[in-house]
Formats: sequence, structure tokens, C-alpha cells
Amino acid sequence: MSKSDNKRGILSKNSEILSLGVILAVLVLLFSLALPGKFLRPSNLQSMAFQLPELGVLAFAMMITMLTGGINLSIISSANLSGIIMAMILTRNVTPNMGGGELGWIIFLAILAGMSISLAVGLVNGMIIAYIGISPILATLGTMTLLEGISLVITRGYVISGLPRSLLVIGNGTFLGVPVPLFILIAVAIAVAILLNKTRLGLSTYMIGSNIKATGFSGINTNKVTILVYMISGLLAGIASLIMMARFNSAKAGYGSSYLLVTVLVSVLGGINPNGGFGKVSGVFIGLILLQVISSGLNLLGISQFLTLALWGALLLGVEALRLAKRRVR
Amino acid sequence: MAEKLLELRNISKRFGGVLALDSVDFEIEKGEVHCLVGENGSGKSTLIKIISGIHSPDPGGEICVDGRRISHQKSSNSVREGIQVIYQDLSLFPNLTVAENIAISSRVETGKRLMNWKETEEEAVRTMKKIGVSLDTRREVSQLSIAERQIVAICRAINANARLVIMDEPTASLSKNEVQSLIKVINELQNREIATLFVSHKLDEIMAVAQRVTVLRDGKKVGVFDASELTRQKLSYLMTGKEFEYTKLPPYSGDEIVLEVRKLSRTGNYKEIDLKVHKGEIVCITGLMGSGRTELVLSLFGMNPPDEGEIFVCGRKINPTGAVDAIRAGIAYVPEDRLQHGLVMNQPVGKNIVLTVLKRILSRIRFISKAKESMEVKRWIEELSIKVPSVDSPVNTLSGGNQQRVVIAKWLAINPKVLILDSPTVGIDVAAKDSIYRIIRELAAEGISIIMITDEAEEAIYHSNTTYIMSAGRIIGKYNSSELTEKELYEKINKI
Amino acid sequence: MRRSTRSNSGLRKIFVKSEFYLLLVIVAVSLLFTIMKPSFLTFTNIYGMVESNSFLAIMAAGVLVVLISGGIDISFTAIATVAQYVMATIVIRWGGNMFLAFAIGGAVGIGLGLVNALLIYFLRTPSIIVTIATMNLFYGLLIFISGGTWIYGFPMWFMERNLVRFGDNPGITIPILVLVLSFILTWLILKYTALGRNIYAVGGNQEAARRVGISVLKTQLFVYCYMGFLAGVASTVQANMMLTVAPNALMGRELEVLAAVVLGGASLAGGTGSILGTILGFGLIIIVQNGLTLLGISSYWHKVFVGAIIVISVGITAYQRKLRERKGAIINVEE
Repeated sequence: MSKSDNKRGILSKNSEILSLGVILAVLVLLFSLALPGKFLRPSNLQSMAFQLPELGVLAFAMMITMLTGGINLSIISSANLSGIIMAMILTRNVTPNMGGGELGWIIFLAILAGMSISLAVGLVNGMIIAYIGISPILATLGTMTLLEGISLVITRGYVISGLPRSLLVIGNGTFLGVPVPLFILIAVAIAVAILLNKTRLGLSTYMIGSNIKATGFSGINTNKVTILVYMISGLLAGIASLIMMARFNSAKAGYGSSYLLVTVLVSVLGGINPNGGFGKVSGVFIGLILLQVISSGLNLLGISQFLTLALWGALLLGVEALRLAKRRVR
Repeated sequence: MAEKLLELRNISKRFGGVLALDSVDFEIEKGEVHCLVGENGSGKSTLIKIISGIHSPDPGGEICVDGRRISHQKSSNSVREGIQVIYQDLSLFPNLTVAENIAISSRVETGKRLMNWKETEEEAVRTMKKIGVSLDTRREVSQLSIAERQIVAICRAINANARLVIMDEPTASLSKNEVQSLIKVINELQNREIATLFVSHKLDEIMAVAQRVTVLRDGKKVGVFDASELTRQKLSYLMTGKEFEYTKLPPYSGDEIVLEVRKLSRTGNYKEIDLKVHKGEIVCITGLMGSGRTELVLSLFGMNPPDEGEIFVCGRKINPTGAVDAIRAGIAYVPEDRLQHGLVMNQPVGKNIVLTVLKRILSRIRFISKAKESMEVKRWIEELSIKVPSVDSPVNTLSGGNQQRVVIAKWLAINPKVLILDSPTVGIDVAAKDSIYRIIRELAAEGISIIMITDEAEEAIYHSNTTYIMSAGRIIGKYNSSELTEKELYEKINKI
Repeated sequence: MRRSTRSNSGLRKIFVKSEFYLLLVIVAVSLLFTIMKPSFLTFTNIYGMVESNSFLAIMAAGVLVVLISGGIDISFTAIATVAQYVMATIVIRWGGNMFLAFAIGGAVGIGLGLVNALLIYFLRTPSIIVTIATMNLFYGLLIFISGGTWIYGFPMWFMERNLVRFGDNPGITIPILVLVLSFILTWLILKYTALGRNIYAVGGNQEAARRVGISVLKTQLFVYCYMGFLAGVASTVQANMMLTVAPNALMGRELEVLAAVVLGGASLAGGTGSILGTILGFGLIIIVQNGLTLLGISSYWHKVFVGAIIVISVGITAYQRKLRERKGAIINVEE
């Protein structure tokens, strides 16, 4: 293998990321020209950084299940249930003049409960997919409906609000001018990237996505991998619910339901193969920034948020057309 | 001299820089059963695609049907001339009934807008009668056995007024009995003046059914031969241009038992199996398809747990209930179906090789170490001299022989005590076969115990120390392989 | 050769069985509700139940056809919403008649379905991904252009729902008539036209369909246009019942409809499914919802029940298949 071959290999390996990066650069350029001094202003960047994380964490929850060739339609309803339980524990047990230590203990318990529920939902999803053999889309469609119902029954459709101040930092605070939720998103992205590239579970995830039978014949416990992947997906949904709850200072059964299909959209946009087996964290991350840039840019231009939706759809179709053209050339 | 149905003259086909066919002449007589053989890459699939009109030949080539020259060869033209191809995957609709499958080509051809169920049924029954078979027309094809599906595919071709039926490796997944009935059907076709072009590797079948054999090598025609004048050796020489001669392996002489199976039974699979495999011994398990051999070795590999009986590896009892257990005990399994079970075809070669030994490539903090990974991969690529452009190339870009080496590599990586190979040479070239045999012999010499499942008598006799014959779920005989002749073994397997 | 002379096939039996079981469950559930609340089994209740769900059921017929062809469509509620806006705008501004209203709804649906079909065929991207994108595209553009306002003030002729009245009974209403017609039409297409059989063939084995000369493009064009057509028609029915057009009246219900069709035995892998199954699957869900309402159980519980029904029923089917696969070959072991 010659050196130039090697270089070409690295380039073509990352060409996906590269072309997404080019699209991103062009969009940023266009918006900065259309909105001189406005688009790249720190306050706009900061507000973008506040809006990005909840969708971002949910997108990673979707992405890892798509890598196995599955899908997780229950992430939003699972996140809402976790949020509702956390909010209920907090609103019922926290009193205005409570001491710091006690408050911290209750917040800790609430978060523990929320994350446990998320993990449990993931466990159930994973088990019915692995052991019963329901296709992921149907299994999670069922649990989605079920969890939504449970949330509605618990809350009777009402909003639970009035959370302790100290918790709201998670959603609204900044550290060194950078929003706290963005730190969470970056931490999640790094964790997922390490998981996928550096661990046995990650490698098995990709292999399962390409051919679950052959992976099983190689001595990988595919049921275990599937269950773990859906549990991680659930946990990420739980983390997203924490951000959402803290940002809205409330929890409710229907929050964020419009995010569900957007997470699929951004995953595919970021280069996740819908049939499983291929895709990277970096691609999805750029995809997320792309969507956020479009959304903020149009917002600053005073154009309806709904055109944003349309543009997101068009962008995905455009990128898919580009990918097709590339395959054709090769 | 019989009338010629199809005549191809001076057919060449170039794909980019590769000359897939080089001025080939080819002919089939009416009602003839003709066999086409050649290695992978010899041009036989290109030739079939030209006959069926998927590709058109390069200028200068001529195709004649009934002596008439056909100028623009297209799929629809060849169908009109009565040429029907039955691909290896049979191209049936599993969700539709037998009747609908048989009648679908003619329905699409006539362009009718409405569906007449009664007519469809009658058409199917009529067609099946022609070749003397009967299947329930209302059954869904997904419910049929592979052999029955093949009948449906043949009926569909006949129903489309076929005069030449091309069958691509039709016997690959049939048992001996099913092959016999297929041959009967082909003879029936012959009685109706329908010619058959048969693509096959298996000599006994070729001899049983074909009148003439055309051999291709490297895109050129080697010649046309009468089936009766061919022997296995001659055929493999014609196909490869090389002589392969093997010395028989001596009877096994050591006494160190590595794998022992005692009274192993599984309802509906096999019963009271006793088996001993020694260190460095090559054991062949042969028998008809459906004799329980694959089920037995799957049990050894933990994928098909037995109901009763015991398995010992080096004297230690094991109860494998999953591949993980078997691998821990040092048992490796190369499955028959490379595409589905053996390899993750669209993932890189390197990842496929390390998949069985992920634990070994971890760093101290339990992360995958790229350095250890590439060391492991490099080692096996060199050891088995696998030809790959890069360790990151997907497996499906390799040739069949190299793919098979990757499978073996990933199992050698676990440092196995017992290596089970299920039909390791199915669907690969004679030359690639030769190298697989050589690898197996080397491994045995290094002390690995080998269990090989095979259909071919020759493989058992020449490439194993000991041969077990299975029939209907039981072991019915154990022999020193070198003392068997092909004829004897064939008769024993078929209980003649 | 193993010759089969059995006149009834195994899978066919199982298939009939699964529909049969569904029917049994429906009968049992209905019986239970009737005992607990006799008003359940009255003509008025059942009629009202069917009518109020008719627009979803019409779309379910379209989803069935898409699923049989091996695809999936998430965008049909967006298509329906667009069709509704266009239809309402034209009808209110320029007048017309009921037939014209349906024709407009259907035509808009066909147009958008055509977009889906072409994108799916030429982009070679899974239909679920394409239709998620087009859902955002159609709906986003619609609200951007229309401003997302509610539309009221339909002409008098549009407000008439009844076609024939029998005394005090509701008689035949437009939603019911359109529902029955679309089910019959779908059934006829699937069972008795070459096109319908081609849809099954493409869903069963696309490559083989291509080899026998079936045009996959044509089949897909029909399938997604038909889905769009039924979505447009359904949206007109919904407008006829509600007499208003709202941007969020139909959105978000796509997965609900999909679940009902799958409950009725259609497979996401393509090739299987029937109108009868869809009727039963859809029927079970609306019966449970209606019964719970009659029993005075808060509507918040509906989703819990529906979710449980989906998981359990789909789970049973999946587990049976898994067991069948695991069994594999059976060898007649000599005793």
C-alpha cells in the first residue's frame, strides 16, 4: 500500500463528514452575509447553544439504535415519563426554606429515579426486541404509546411546574459564558464516540447492524448487545429529559413530541445508514449544528419556524441525492 | 444431426479493461441437456447473461435461434424466443401461492389488467401435468421445501413457453433424493423437446443428466465434450489448466483425545451419537443432506443444545449453550453459509478477523487498542496469505477463496483445539479448494483437531484420516478414509 | 419429490387463524363491554364510533397498500393536511359541490404522493426516511404559506353530512359512504387487478418482480399516489365532519394508523396484509377506546390500553415466528 493510497483512504473515509462540513460552512457564510453583525453575534451563538442540546442528546439516543439496524420511537415518551416522575418527586418534597444538604439529597434521589426509569424502559425495549423478536419499529411504537398513556394517567394531562431554583441551572445556567446544556451535550457526544469506537460493545453494535446472525456465530452475545444499546438509548433520553425539564421549569406528557422524527432525520443527515452498521458521532454532530443554523438563521430573518421544518426536510433529500450521485460516480 | 436451437458465434464481451469472454462459440440442440462448467471468473455467468439478453455481445458476435440471426438481443426478446433463466435464488414470490407464481410471467406478458383466479389455477395445474408433478396450487411458496420451490420455478419457465431452460447451480442445496427427482423432471423436459442448460460443478450429476459439456476457462472456450468421456480429474484439469493430485492421508495413529461425544441426542435432530476426535486428526462427517450432521456440529458449537448426552473437551465436560461457551472451550465453527453466517460482508476485513477475540485486543483500561488490533489482523493476513487491498476493505470486495480464508483466520485467532468446517469448499474454485485443503492439512499437522462436513466422497477420502457416515440422525459407520473408494463410500451413504 | 396433496396450506391456515383470533378478541371484548354497559351494542353507538373514526380508517386502507408493497409512509397526515387546506380554500372562495371537494382533496393527495414515489424510486433511500423528510417539507411549506390559521365558513352545501335518512336513525352519511367505498375499492384492487397482484409481488420479492417484467417504478407510483389519494379523501371527510380546518387536526396520528394496520396482520417487511385484517385491527382499537369511554374510564387510559394491545399482539406473532425459525429442519431420526 503506497502512502498516497493511504491518504486517499483517509479522505474518502471522512468525505462524508467533509461534505457536511462544506454545506455547514456555506450556510454559515450565507446567513452571516444576509444578517451582518447579527448571525455571528455572541448572543445569537449562545442562544443557539441553548437550543441545540435537548434535540442533540435525543438524536444520539436515536442514532445508536439505528446503528444496530433498529430505531427507537419511544425516546420522547420515555423522556417525558422520566421528567414527570422527577418533577413530581421534586415538587412534592421540596419546600421553599429547605436546607442545602437536604435539597441536594432530594434532587439526587429525583434524578436517580428519573434515570432508573429511563434505563428500565430501555431494558424492556431491548428485551422484547431481543428475546421476543418484535421488529424494533413496532416494539418501540408500542412502548411509545404505552408510556405516553402512563404519563397521561399520572398527570391527567396537566403541567407539573415549580422546580427548585438550583436545578434550573442544568437548563439555563452558563459556565464561562457557555450554556451548561451544551457541556452536557458535548460530554454525551464524547461518551458515545468513545463507546462506539473504543469498546467491545461499540464494535459489536456496528457488526450487529450489518449482520446480526454472523455476529452471533462469531461468539458475540447479540441479545446482550441489543439490550445494552437500548438501555443506553433510554439513559440518553433520560438525560435529555433532565435538560428539557430544567429549561422549561416543568414537565408534561406531550413535550417535545415533534422532536421524534427530527431525530431520525438528523441521524440520517449525519450519515447514519438507515439499514444499520455505518455512521459516526461526528457526522450526527455536524448534522445537528446544520439544523440549528438553519433554524436560528431563518428566525433572525423573521421567517416562520415552519419554513425551517420544510428546509430540514429538503436538506435531507438534497444530501441523499448527493450521496446517490457520489455512489454513481464510483 | 439434431437441429440447433441456439447458436452463438464469436462472442466477446469486454467490461472496462477486462475481457470477460473472448470469441466464444457455443451451441445447444433442441431438447438437449447441456452442461456449462468453469471456474469463477471463467465467463460462464457473462455467457448466460448474453444468452438471456441482459448483456449484449461486443460487435462481431452473432446469436442465432433456429438458424435465424437475432440482431438486438434484449431480455424481452430472449423471453419471446423461449429462453428462460432460473437463477440460483429461484426468483419466486414467497408470499404468493404456487398457482400465482407459476402463472405470473404469462400474466405480465399478456398485459391483462384483471386477475382471473380460476384461470390462474387451471394454468398452473395444466403446466404441472406437463412434467408430471403435482403440488397444491393454493399453498404459499414460503411453505415449500427448496426442492418443491425449484419445481415451481421450472413450471413457471415452462408456462412462459420455454424452449430452453437455463438453470444456475440448481442442485446446490438439494439432497441426493431431491436431485434424483430433479433429474427426472429434466428428462421429462427433454421428452417435450425443451432443452436445458445446466450450470454445475458436480460431476456425478453432470454424468447422470447431460449429453454434452462445454468448458470455459479465463473467458475462452476450452472445448465441448461428451459427458461420458469425462472423469473428475480430466474435468478439473480442463477447468483450471492445472493438475491437482492428492495423496491419501494415513489412518490416524495417536491416542490423545481432544473432543469426545457420548450418547448425544436431540429430539428431531440426531440420536445417540458417539464420536472421538484426536489431536491433529482430520475427521470427516458425511451423509445425505438432512442426515443430522449440521445439527450435530451446531450442538458442539452451542447453537443447538442437545437434550441428552455429554461433550468433553480434553477430558473436561462442557455444556455449551451458546457460541460464547463453545469458543471458551476452544471449539471453532466455520458455517456453510459464508454470506449469512460466516462473515459480516460489508464490514472491514480487520474487524471481521478480530470479532472472535475482542477480549485480546483490549488495552489496560478495557478499551480497544488500535495497535493490538492491527497487529492481530496483520498476523493472520500474513499467516493465511489473504489478498486484501487494505484491512479496511469490506469483505465483500474479496474473492470467494479469500473470503473463506478470512473466516478461517478469525477462527484460528481464538487458538482453537477443535476446528469444525461445514462444507468449506462449496461454491469456490478448484484452485481455491486446493489451497483450503492445504491449510486444513497444515493446521492438523500443527495439532488442531479438524471436523469437516462434506457432501463429496472424494473430499472425505483424500482429505481426512477418519470418515463417519451419518444417516437419519445416527452414525452408521466409521472408517479409515484411506481404505475407502469413492464407489464404496457413495454406496454406503446412499445405503445401496 | 415430496408431493403435497393437502388441500389447505399451513401458512394459510395460520394467516386465517390470526384474523380469526383477532375476530375472537373483538367478539370477547364487545361482549364484555355489552354486559358492563348495554348501551355499547346499540346501532347509534356503533354507527357513531365508526363514523367518528372513518377518516383514520380511510387512511389506514392506504397505509395497508403501502405496507404490502414493502414500503412505509409517514407523510400521509401531512399530505392530508395540505389537501384539506387547498380543498377548503378553493371551496370557500369559489364554491362548488361535494364531488368537487372530494376531487380536489384526492387530486392534491395524488400530486404529493407522486412526489413521494419519485423520490423513493430515484433516491434509492428507504421510504421511511424519504417520507419523514417530505412530511416536514409538505407540512412546513403549508404552514409557511398559509400562516397556519384555522379555516371556517364552509358553504351550506358542504355542511350536509347525511345522504339518506331513515326516520330517527342517522341514515347513510358521507363519511360512512366514503369509508365503505374506499374499503371496497382497495379490496378490489388488491385482489382482482393485475396491479394489485403486482403490489404483492413487489412486496414479496422486488428483484424477482423486476425479472418477470413487472415495473417497480409504475407499481410504486401507483402505491404512493393511492395513499395520497386516500389521505386527500380522508381529509375531506374529516373537514365535512368538523366543519373547520385546523393545522394540527391530523398531524401526529400517522403512527397510530400504522399501528392499527400492523395489528391487522400487515407486515412491515412487505408482501402480506389484507383489507379484512385492517378492518379487524382498526376495529379492535376503536372498540376498546369507545368501550372505555362508555365505562367512564378517563381517556388518559386509552393510550395505555392501545399500547399494551400493540405490544402483546405483535409480540405473539413475532414470538411464534421466532419459535418456527428456531425449530429449523426436522429429521426423521431412526428409532
